[in-house]
Amino acid sequence: MEQRLNEKLVLIGNGMAGVRTLEELLKIAPDCYDITVFGAEPYGNYNRILLSPVLAGEKTINDIMLNDASWYAENGITLHAGKAIRKIDRRRRKVIANDGTSESYDRLLLATGSNPFVLPVPGHDLPGVITFRDIKDVDTMIDAAQRFRHAVVIGGGLLGLEAANGLKQRGMNVTVVHLMDTLMERQLDASAGGMLQQSLSERGLNFILGTETQEIIGKQRVQGVRFKDGREISADLVVMAIGIRPNIELAKKAGIHCERGVVVNDTMQTFDPRIYAVGECVQHRRKTYGLVAPLFEQAKVCANHLAQLGYARYEGSMTSTKLKVTGIDLFSAGDFTGDDTTEEIVLQDAKGGIYKKVVLKDNRIQGAVMYGDTVDGAWYFHLMRSGTDVSDIRHHLLFGQAHLGDSGHGGTNAVAAMSDDMEICGCNGVCKGDIVHAITEKKLFTLEDVRAHTKASSSCGSCTALVEQLLADTLGSDYSESPRKKPLCPCTDYTHDEVRRGIKEHELKDIPAIMEYFEWKTTNGCSKCRPALNFYLLCAWPSDYTDDYQSRFINERAHANIQKDGTYSVVPRIWGGETTPAQLRALAEIAEKYEVPTVHITGGQRIDMLGVRKETLPKIWGDLSKAGFVSGHAYGKAIRTVKTCVGSEWCRFGTQDSTSMGIRLEKMAWGSWMPHKVKMAVSGCPRNCAEATIKDFGVVAVESGWELHVGGNGGVKVRATDFLCHVKTPEEVEEHCAAFLQLYREEAHYLERTAPWVERVGLSYVKKRVVEDGADRRELAKRFHYSQQFAQKDPWSERAAGIDRHEFIPLKRVV
Amino acid sequence: MQATGREPNTADWIEVGGLEDIPRLGARVIETPAGNIAVFRTADDEVFALRDKCPHRGGPLSQGIVYDKKVACPLHNWSIHLDSGLAVAPDEGCTAVYAVKTEKGRIYLSLATKSD
Ligand code: SRM
Ligand SMILES: Cc1cc2nc3c(=O)[nH]c(=O)nc-3n(C[C@H](O)[C@H](O)[C@H](O)COP(=O)(O)OP(=O)(O)OC[C@H]3O[C@@H](n4cnc5c(N)ncnc54)[C@H](O)[C@@H]3O)c2cc1C
Ligand code: SF4
Ligand code: FES
Repeated sequence: MEQRLNEKLVLIGNGMAGVRTLEELLKIAPDCYDITVFGAEPYGNYNRILLSPVLAGEKTINDIMLNDASWYAENGITLHAGKAIRKIDRRRRKVIANDGTSESYDRLLLATGSNPFVLPVPGHDLPGVITFRDIKDVDTMIDAAQRFRHAVVIGGGLLGLEAANGLKQRGMNVTVVHLMDTLMERQLDASAGGMLQQSLSERGLNFILGTETQEIIGKQRVQGVRFKDGREISADLVVMAIGIRPNIELAKKAGIHCERGVVVNDTMQTFDPRIYAVGECVQHRRKTYGLVAPLFEQAKVCANHLAQLGYARYEGSMTSTKLKVTGIDLFSAGDFTGDDTTEEIVLQDAKGGIYKKVVLKDNRIQGAVMYGDTVDGAWYFHLMRSGTDVSDIRHHLLFGQAHLGDSGHGGTNAVAAMSDDMEICGCNGVCKGDIVHAITEKKLFTLEDVRAHTKASSSCGSCTALVEQLLADTLGSDYSESPRKKPLCPCTDYTHDEVRRGIKEHELKDIPAIMEYFEWKTTNGCSKCRPALNFYLLCAWPSDYTDDYQSRFINERAHANIQKDGTYSVVPRIWGGETTPAQLRALAEIAEKYEVPTVHITGGQRIDMLGVRKETLPKIWGDLSKAGFVSGHAYGKAIRTVKTCVGSEWCRFGTQDSTSMGIRLEKMAWGSWMPHKVKMAVSGCPRNCAEATIKDFGVVAVESGWELHVGGNGGVKVRATDFLCHVKTPEEVEEHCAAFLQLYREEAHYLERTAPWVERVGLSYVKKRVVEDGADRRELAKRFHYSQQFAQKDPWSERAAGIDRHEFIPLKRVV
Repeated sequence: MQATGREPNTADWIEVGGLEDIPRLGARVIETPAGNIAVFRTADDEVFALRDKCPHRGGPLSQGIVYDKKVACPLHNWSIHLDSGLAVAPDEGCTAVYAVKTEKGRIYLSLATKSD
């Protein structure tokens, strides 16, 4: 595998950000470089954030190793563990280590992390005064806990509290000294900080707040701490956890431009174009970071440039924090102090130990602090990062996402309190224990990782928040990657929106053209992007795009639902759910003729014939066509059913003819392809027997006309519709419906149902386009009708007549 | 579980159809007494054959979406390598591979080399 011609890459700093960059690089360009790593610590690469659980005795050092020596060997990387670089010679492009080892480089990656700040008070260098940064520090603390009694932790921030908790768990008597009056004042406001202090006090920690340390006293070894106000307490161990400073000495000496950190641009390049930097040592757009989630984003971008792909950009991150003290639920993100341009929504239940605060600016979340009940932390963080306008939901924002209804997990409390055998993902039967095990054993950091390894939250996604919560609990911060720029799929770094815009702006007319223009990383995409692109093209160019059948899921290719035994089901359209004896007779005869094993009345007011062999499909369709049926698209990301009730024609409460209205809508909309399935219903009065208020588009008749509702669904996560508007005539119902459907088609992401879409863009936006702006509405409706000219062809009769014959018969029968 | 690298005797080859009978990035089924075999055609006209049964829960791989040298199972979206029959990591499993070749646009399959 040795390739002498390769360029040489040297990494200084064998920590979390540096090695993550190498991992990302190996994924995309495994043979690009000969790689050499220098690390001051004498180990492979380990998960620094899990030092706290190690200290608390919940994990061992072995549990937290990420890459051991064999990983370096397998990937042809030379590791110099225990050798710190003392000099970078930029002219000769060489690095020199303490022990004289030197190595030349073509590219250099700096990832030296940061140094804990040590108070420069007298006595700070006495034995027994340490910081909390690496394995050595943890070993010292564990050792001290066995031999001594009194520990003082200076610093009431995240790290200090985790150290204090660990030392307490190990049996020491611990006092936390903090300069400020509130614990974790950078993450918490005074109320949440107070509640935190109270629960930590109940666990036996002592606190001295608002107090400045003047001196560490002791002769051979630390004996106590003296404060400015003259007080003194005894101490056998002092841990300083008062902050970190980017470790930039080496870079500075080499003449690389540094301010607080090593200054990098959006490609993670330093002032010297051959030298890149990532991690805590870096300053990007004037910010430095001290949590791994943003550092991992940097790592990804840096790898992209090291691999000479050259398109990724790092544009900064928002971070959220969790305290990793078992049994304490605390979450904070963003800016929660606020000013006169912001508003606060607060929920406080001191006795119940719950506090939640969300800070809003222009109806967007700026920051959030939560204590006691943090299940919705991931949700707020998500709304915050995606800049969602929350005006439509602000009155129940603090009650959490559960108000949206969550049949599986609604009301479940903090995941931390769940036992290991409680099921998190109902679709795939994955329990809490399985997930936590996978996160720690398989060293997972992101939601995507957990999905790939455990399948949890990979199906319906309703447990996503719980899984994110578990990640956060286990790892101490939010690891989902920034949804501000969530790529369409792993084949590209562009988002759904960027690709959709590109298709129109650059007149991209087929899948290869899109892949070429956006420089797809794979040759022909994957099963995730191809169906999406196919739909986007179909929607953008209704008259001239030829559907790419190989990019459709089997159901849409075969125009029937595949069943678990490989047979198919056939659901003909029954307009508005209204049928006739003649139709029923025809269906009965067809079902008998083809010996259909099961006939079922569906939840969508039609009849499903299940267990049909693929080869038989065109024949059964031929007979259905003759009897006047068309495809019900029960298999498609398409218009499914329009359910109706009997309405004013029969019902003593009916106010309008809901059946005719439903049939009219179905005739207008059938055949149209959608980002996801779309269901509609029309009820004849507010008793709502057609369940119109859990449909994508629901109509409820009232005396004065029709109420229109949008964005509902049944299913995994029941969501009742939002009220869109009231109209008077059936024509108006039709126009609003067409406009709404077209807006959804043009702007939703593939596989996003109307409910999450409406939540993402906000009901106000939908109202603006579909209700308030009449001209816009008419244009949208016009585009919908235009595309329907090409879409309303019955796929079944076409196939009965011979189209796509190859799809339905075997290539050969070998006997 | 080893499924690659065997050359069957010439006598074992069965002609099953023409390359143009399979859509690019698509698959067709060969029915045999021992069960179905899926024959795949990639974007650059390479042909592969696998037992038409996903290692997960037996889904018909012939009905999946073909991309690169892989197929995504239609039932629960596992991906399977067409050349080795192995599930794409982190999923684990393997489906039998059959030898196939194309000569002058005709596809030949060997049943003798089953390995499950
Ligand atoms: C046949 C039917 C059950 C029945 O026998 O009643 C059915 C069957 C399936 N449903 Fe359904 N759903 C059926 C009505 C419903 C309804 C009721 C309704 O439409 O009023 C719902 C709740 C309403 C809704 O969608 O909001 C429903 C919510 C789902 C969901 C959850 C959707 C969600 O957004 O959470 C899925 C899963 C999905 O689509 O990813 C699903 C998926 C499925 C699939 C397609 C599962 C699959 O991927 O194979 C089933 C296909 C069976 C087949 O081959 O025919 N089905 N499904 C119903 C067909 C209605 C029709 O005439 O077309
Ligand atoms: C106890 C603890 C708990 C934490 N908890 C969390 C948490 O819950 N969530 C979270 O997101 N973050 C947490 N963090 C922060 C997180 O660990 C850091 O942000 C992350 O490790 C920084 O990665 P890095 O690669 O920049 O630096 P590091 O991981 O520190 O790696 C830098 C490496 O470079 C080496 N080095 C330095 N100079 C040289 C040189 N001249 N030559 C060779 N090698 C050199 C150092 O020895 C070190 O090994 C925690 C940190 C600690 C200490
Ligand atoms: S509820 Fe729907 S998806 Fe679930 S088993 Fe029944 S038909 Fe299938
Ligand atoms: S049967 Fe193939 S993925 Fe489940």
